[in-house]
Amino acid sequence: MTTTLFDNARLIDPETGTDVPGWLLVDGSTIAARGTDAPPDAPHVIDCAGACLAPGIVDMGVKLGEPGERHKESFKTGGRAAAAGGVTTVVMRPDTLTPIDSPEVLEFVLRRGREAAPVNMAAMATLTRAREGREMTEIGFLLDAGALAFTDGDRVCRDTRVLIRCLTYARGLGALVIGHPQEPQLSAGAGITSGKFATLRGLPAVSPMAERMGLERDLALVEMTGARYHADQITTACALPALRRAREAGLDVTAGISIHHLTLNTLDVGDYRSFFKLKPPLRHEEDRAAMVEALRDGLIDVICSMHTPQDEESKRLPFEEAASGAVGLETLLPAALRLYHSGDMDLPGLFRALSLNPARRLGLPGGQLSVGAPADLVLFDPDAPFVLDRFTLHSKSKNTPFDGARLQGRVRGTWVGGYRVFG
Amino acid sequence: MTFRQRHLLGIEPLHPLEITTLLDLADTYVDLNRRAQKHADVLAGLTQINMFFEASTRTQASFELAGKRLGADVMNMSMQASSIKKGETLIDTALTLNAMHPDLLVVRHPHSGAVDLLAQKVNCAVLNAGDGRHEHPTQALLDALTIRRAKGRLHRLNVAICGDIAHSRVARSNILLLHKMENRVRLIGPPTLMPSEIGELGVEVYDDMRDGLAGCDVVMMLRLQRERMDGGFIPSEREYYHRYGLDPEKLSHAADDAIVMHPGPMNRGVEIDGILADDINRSVIQEQVEMGVAVRMAAMDLLARNLRAEGLGAA
Repeated sequence: MTTTLFDNARLIDPETGTDVPGWLLVDGSTIAARGTDAPPDAPHVIDCAGACLAPGIVDMGVKLGEPGERHKESFKTGGRAAAAGGVTTVVMRPDTLTPIDSPEVLEFVLRRGREAAPVNMAAMATLTRAREGREMTEIGFLLDAGALAFTDGDRVCRDTRVLIRCLTYARGLGALVIGHPQEPQLSAGAGITSGKFATLRGLPAVSPMAERMGLERDLALVEMTGARYHADQITTACALPALRRAREAGLDVTAGISIHHLTLNTLDVGDYRSFFKLKPPLRHEEDRAAMVEALRDGLIDVICSMHTPQDEESKRLPFEEAASGAVGLETLLPAALRLYHSGDMDLPGLFRALSLNPARRLGLPGGQLSVGAPADLVLFDPDAPFVLDRFTLHSKSKNTPFDGARLQGRVRGTWVGGYRVFG
Repeated sequence: MTFRQRHLLGIEPLHPLEITTLLDLADTYVDLNRRAQKHADVLAGLTQINMFFEASTRTQASFELAGKRLGADVMNMSMQASSIKKGETLIDTALTLNAMHPDLLVVRHPHSGAVDLLAQKVNCAVLNAGDGRHEHPTQALLDALTIRRAKGRLHRLNVAICGDIAHSRVARSNILLLHKMENRVRLIGPPTLMPSEIGELGVEVYDDMRDGLAGCDVVMMLRLQRERMDGGFIPSEREYYHRYGLDPEKLSHAADDAIVMHPGPMNRGVEIDGILADDINRSVIQEQVEMGVAVRMAAMDLLARNLRAEGLGAA
């Protein structure tokens, strides 16, 4: 058992909401002690030189290319990207080409993922077979095999009766169901939010109301069934009142948002830049500002990367034909730090949404700096400036909307279970 | 000369002076086209390729004629039947064509922004002949020339654009151009055929045609693009004609000397009364076609001059 002292660190603790200078002692794979006074002796000392030490990020929205699209991202490249981005737990989305809809596929994904990637690998499973919205998956077996939550990703279940049965069955097992709040008919084929900019660009657009309609339906069903529910991405101001009502009514409902919707808006699409085509599409600036406020208020619980690797061929197309999604594992932290530098969020607040809340919601032990917690840590300098070059990313796919962007915040080191996996 | 564009991708990037320069030059080509000897050789030695990814008869013919009258070697490629069916991407098609060293590339594509994307990948001058619902700049320019010749000016006019605005690139380019030249634009049509938040563009929106036409100097009708409809935007063609079809009674609400325009092809009895369309005292629809050739000659002439100034292109 090795004992490592992280000395001279700025400890970011989302649980207590504190941001203080101090030290942290790791014994083996867990946090053994921490303090702000004189540090104890240890055989192995890391001088953090005043950099921030925070619980590693738990990213609950990661799509990797395996199985089926390994040319876009493999467990290995995705795992390295995660380590480089300070993500210590990757929660894989099941919307892969071969969807994670059976215990056998889940077993493969977890086994191969854990062999190939240096960080913790966890996975969600689909709610219905092949994400077709017709028959529910073996939720019980999948839970036993380690599925953390159940979601059909961006393929919204159109048959409300099927969804009621899935939610009811999931409630019986205490399983968490993740929805993608969109009215599917309205959002079909739309790569941009409706408005003046979309009209000038002549692109098929979707109203922000489609998100509210999808959320209202899902929340009504949650009220009926009592299921545990998480909305993967809430991105529009008009959806927030429904979310607030559900919270106040005591429903077991949480909500997430991708980092892109917190830091970019629809005008970033510019002259048809397909790297900015996301699902749901980027929103107006007023919506983005409202989402930052909702995050600060705690109405939105989780920030995730919605890491969606796409190869050049899927993106080098006219905007309407181009695939949706952006990679985000490595840019999640520096992009999130924009909210810190703009004065919108403090660091403990950011890590509550990046680490603590997703870990708690998924029943994972990480996301904390408390004694006894796993030593999943990220050490970063929040101020270090750099200009992102997409070809320096570890991901196999380079489809980041932050190419050429000026960012602040560099990861200096990442530890998973006490092992250094980056830096 | 005031025309600094490398490509003609839309009206949006043009300065009002550039529009005036282009229309002035087009005026001289109208005169040329009316002579027995219609040839100029300003594009001699240059190669013009027309790439139409979407069906077109009149626009393609107009560009072809414009190029030939100016002495260019013109080639037509119907891309619907060609390599895209074999899975080639737009960028690869562009690079393949680029290797053949064209000087002028005229492109129509069903997707908004596709012509911009293509222009980034080639060395020649690209002319947008219509991309999705985005822009159709030569149509707006030929409309402007028609208006200027009929009205004697291209400013302080009340222009009504009527019909299927939502699916129309012609409407977008015309709104941009008419605003740049300081005109008032009104949009008339059923709300289902209006783009969302269209009012933010600085236009007045009417759903009653008689109100909208009151005092207008120019009435632009748009084709009801049935092939673009997913279904259910309007109850029926006959109700549409009753409420939004242009007939002499509705036109009587416009200014006495108002002109009637249509980009074609017309659906007689759907958006416009057949007799009105043929009324040479009101309708300038045939002039629009004539101006189309002249405007495209002017656009290609100006772009070719800029190519030569850059040292690119033949000669």
